Amino acid sequence: MAIDWTDKKVVIIGDRDGIPGEAVEECLANTPAEVVFSSTECFV
Amino acid sequence: MDLENQRRIKEAAEKYGAENLIVMIGGAEAESAGLAAETVTSGDPTYAGPLTGVALGLTFYHAVEPEFKESVDPDVYDDQIGMMEMVLDVDSLVEEMNSIRGAS
Repeated sequence: MAIDWTDKKVVIIGDRDGIPGEAVEECLANTPAEVVFSSTECFV
Repeated sequence: MDLENQRRIKEAAEKYGAENLIVMIGGAEAESAGLAAETVTSGDPTYAGPLTGVALGLTFYHAVEPEFKESVDPDVYDDQIGMMEMVLDVDSLVEEMNSIRGAS
């Protein structure tokens, strides 16, 4: 079932070697969701 | 999860209310994604950060889960995530996310 983004705030914990924060943010750009903050972590 | 991100998530939950917040996770592997999911639901399991012992119970999704994929523009998803979707172990990631949901 698809997520209802209405009135939702989103925090993004991305992964440099997985899905970066920016990619998720782009996907959310056309939704009602408001991105509170986006981060791309990397594990070394 | 980065300690600063834990602090920001805790602040966001307090500011906007846990019921209005969704955490999107992009972890490359089930283990790291599961740790992030557990951190934002029942607390930091590594006892390292501000969410130690803090059970926010937040709603979370991994970016490769079908719920997320179905709720965004398919062309944008394909463009931004499509390639990594083929590389990552999606089944393991989805299984891990569901496992954390079942436990929280």
